[in-house]
Amino acid sequence: MSRPSDLVQGTLDLLLLKIVALEPLNGWAISQRLKQVSGDVLQVSDGSLYPALHKLEQEGWISAEWKASENNRRAKFYSLTRLGRRQLQKEAANWTRLSDAITQVVRLEEA
Amino acid sequence: MRMEHWFYAVPLRLRSLFRRRQVEQDLDEELQYHLERKIEEYIAQGLTPQQSRHAALRAMDGLTQRKEECRDMWRVNAIDNTLQDIRYALRVLAKSPAFTIVAVVTLALAIGANAVVFGVLNGLILRPLNVSQAESLWGTEYGDGSGWQSYPNYVDLRDRNRSFDDLAAFKFVFVGLDTGKDPSLAGGYATSGNYFDVLRIQPYLGRFFHRSDEHGPNSAPYVVLTWAYWHTRFQDDRGVVGRTVRLDKHPFTILGVAPPGFQGTLLFVSPDFFMPIVNQEQVDGESLLNARGSNRGIFEAQGHLKPGVTPTQAVADVNAVGAYLEKIYPKEFGHKSSSLARPGLTSLGRRVRPFVAGLMLLAGLILVAACANLGSLFAARAADRSREVALRLALGASRKRILRQLLTEAVLISLVGGAAGLLGSVVLLRRLSTWQPFPGASVHVPVTPDAKIYAVALVLALVSGFLFGIVPVRQVLRTDPYQIVKAGPTGTVGRRITLRDVLLAVQIAICAVLVTSSMVAVRGLVRSLHSNFGFEPRNTMLAATNLAMAGYSVDKVPAMQRRMIDAMETIPGVERVGLVNNYPPLVYVAATRANVFREEATDLRPSNAAAVPYRYDISPEYFHAAGTTLLAGRSFSWHDDNNAPPVAVVNRGFAGKIFGSVTNAVGRYYKMQDGTRVQVVGVVEDGKYLSLTEDQQPAMFLPFLQSPSSASYLVVRSTRDPQQLAAAMRSKLRELDAGLPVGTRSWNSLLEVVLFPSRVATVSLGVLGVMGAMLSITGIFGMAAYSVSKRLRELGIRIALGAQRKEVLGAALGRAFKLLAFGSAAGLFLGLLASRVLASIVYQATPRDPVVLAGVSLVMLLLGLLATWIPAQRALSIDPLRLLREE
Repeated sequence: MSRPSDLVQGTLDLLLLKIVALEPLNGWAISQRLKQVSGDVLQVSDGSLYPALHKLEQEGWISAEWKASENNRRAKFYSLTRLGRRQLQKEAANWTRLSDAITQVVRLEEA
Repeated sequence: MRMEHWFYAVPLRLRSLFRRRQVEQDLDEELQYHLERKIEEYIAQGLTPQQSRHAALRAMDGLTQRKEECRDMWRVNAIDNTLQDIRYALRVLAKSPAFTIVAVVTLALAIGANAVVFGVLNGLILRPLNVSQAESLWGTEYGDGSGWQSYPNYVDLRDRNRSFDDLAAFKFVFVGLDTGKDPSLAGGYATSGNYFDVLRIQPYLGRFFHRSDEHGPNSAPYVVLTWAYWHTRFQDDRGVVGRTVRLDKHPFTILGVAPPGFQGTLLFVSPDFFMPIVNQEQVDGESLLNARGSNRGIFEAQGHLKPGVTPTQAVADVNAVGAYLEKIYPKEFGHKSSSLARPGLTSLGRRVRPFVAGLMLLAGLILVAACANLGSLFAARAADRSREVALRLALGASRKRILRQLLTEAVLISLVGGAAGLLGSVVLLRRLSTWQPFPGASVHVPVTPDAKIYAVALVLALVSGFLFGIVPVRQVLRTDPYQIVKAGPTGTVGRRITLRDVLLAVQIAICAVLVTSSMVAVRGLVRSLHSNFGFEPRNTMLAATNLAMAGYSVDKVPAMQRRMIDAMETIPGVERVGLVNNYPPLVYVAATRANVFREEATDLRPSNAAAVPYRYDISPEYFHAAGTTLLAGRSFSWHDDNNAPPVAVVNRGFAGKIFGSVTNAVGRYYKMQDGTRVQVVGVVEDGKYLSLTEDQQPAMFLPFLQSPSSASYLVVRSTRDPQQLAAAMRSKLRELDAGLPVGTRSWNSLLEVVLFPSRVATVSLGVLGVMGAMLSITGIFGMAAYSVSKRLRELGIRIALGAQRKEVLGAALGRAFKLLAFGSAAGLFLGLLASRVLASIVYQATPRDPVVLAGVSLVMLLLGLLATWIPAQRALSIDPLRLLREE
């Protein structure tokens, strides 16, 4: 299985949850949004996006629905569930704690 | 949180499982949508549609693999893949039916053997008696493990010990039971009054007797029926409670019926009824309640240990009581250190347990051999399928998936084989548990299959499936698809030792162990059948009678017995008639022993006894009827009765032990326990008395007129047809007294009982040996056939270049034979070591027997020839021209 190499493992879940938290989106739109907001820094290969989405769906964090897309074609839209919202809060809090800690370490001045 | 998770997850899983097509379509559509948007994007960037399409697919990084990853996320892939693997495995196995059948049959035999042996182990050793709190129930084993002791000693042990809550005891009684219309023989337990209370059993019907019912000898004429006897003899008649039946002509009241699951406290023998032991005189004809010196009073005493008392403490306690009793009753009681044993098998356990454990070990070896066999078959198959494996690898299958597929095949075979083996074993165990090895005696083998056996068979099947399934793992992991697809299956002829060689050698060694053990057992049985019993069981009919059952008092017994002997002599064709009290030698594993002392001995404590010979009370003609050779002196006459001085005939062993030699013995005296001086008037040959495996034992024969007993066997020697003879004997005895129950059997057929353990041992070891032989045939055949088929081309070239038949055979089968020789030698050696264990079960099972050594070597050689015959023919018939043309 290929893993997004430049993403800290587990953060992909957080990103995806956050993105669908704003509004229900289909897979393609999610990949576009990822690129857009991270300014091409966070590269998620198209291949690894869908297994990740399917995993979140199986966990019950997001739910899927077939709707007409922006170009009027049928597409699968994902939206956050109640369970997903709680998970998002937890992962966001985790991430803040972790990144704060790492920032502290990085800022240590060499003696 | 968990609940809510499943609220989402369960519908999704179910959908993925049961609406698979819909879900797959959704996945396709979802990814298709993405691809199309991506293609549009690339086209917008100026690429051609074709280029855009390729670029979009590349961005996906393998569409099929991504799809598979999504399926993985559905968490049903495991189930799904398994179903797929099973379907595929079934197809593959169906394509090579010969392989499949051989594998399934091999496993069915191996697992069946294990299930049967485990069933026996479970029934005899693991399963506790059907009483509550069986774990704290212990029987006391007195002295040498015979289990027998006297009733007064039991009473003292019961009252003086501080380890048991209470102690119950029982002995066997055999009676004529008359309900008013049909007197018939029945066997039961005479038990202490507290028997049912100690075992904590509640009646199925009516009530049980209790200690409060005992008021001295013959005070409690009650009988409790077992459920089975009530069912067959009284047809479930609930009105039997309160009815009076006659046991040996004495009235007894039926108190109640024991619960269905309770068949006494012995595994092999189930009684028909229970009666209070205080009434034993009425059915035994003599009172044993005060006979402290008689060890026939009690068969086994048992009880629950008090909470907190360990078995070790209890043994010390019991021995302390024994030492105390010996001090008080030095003349009547010689204490031998006691031990505790689980009730059920009593002293038999000592021999049954190691034997069953040994069988389990051998059965386990069979399974290991079967696994080695199948393992090498699977490895060979995996090698043949290397091209298929390589192709699947090249098409993107993971190695894990391929291994799972191979493992699925193995487990499938093992499960089918296990199910077949289990089925067979359940049928066999059912037959065994309803089997009555000795007609007329309620002896049975309690091995009804239960859930444990199913579980064990399943576990064994799965474990062995994995065992032989993982053999080819290394091979698959090493597979390099590129090389194999390019070059085709390489016919590498390994000169180094491969895993398959090791497996085959191990398997052959195990099989040689099994063949050796079974040959040792068979030899032992043959020898024990041809050893000298000290009497001639052929052409001898025995008639068991108990005059007490017909209401004879002891003083009337000798006259009646003499009339019976005379009556037998009038039957045409009868040569000799004798009579022996209680049991003749080697019948029903029952014999009486007595302490004897040298003439000059004054201190007649049991511990001072010069010998403890078997004791037989016989009629004057007994030796002639039994075919026992008189070596010196005379036999008895009808004048050796109570008015004559006490005399005895002893066997050679007795004479040698007490008097130094046969010629010295005649005319000399020895003393009995009660101080009586007995003169030896004759010496007879040695014999076997209690069991065929016993060492040479001393024995003494006393005139039956000097110690009358109502229970006796008539010994009738005649060359007439046994059936006619038995009928004539019964009708003659009926003429004398119509109310006397008689059982007639030939002496030879009664020997079956004594031979039973060695028979069982021989048959079970024989079966395991045959299975071992079959396994080694299939193993060697598989290996030889495979190596010939692998090297067909090479052998063809050799033949084309002018190789002789011998050289071709050597090249094709030399390795198989080398392995055979090596494995057989190792197995023979191990088997000889293992046979030492057999010596305790099988009479004269000596491993250092040239016949066995030669036999095993010959058998293994024959097996090798048999197994390599077809492959050898194939190697010799190779037509190099045709072969080279085909390739």
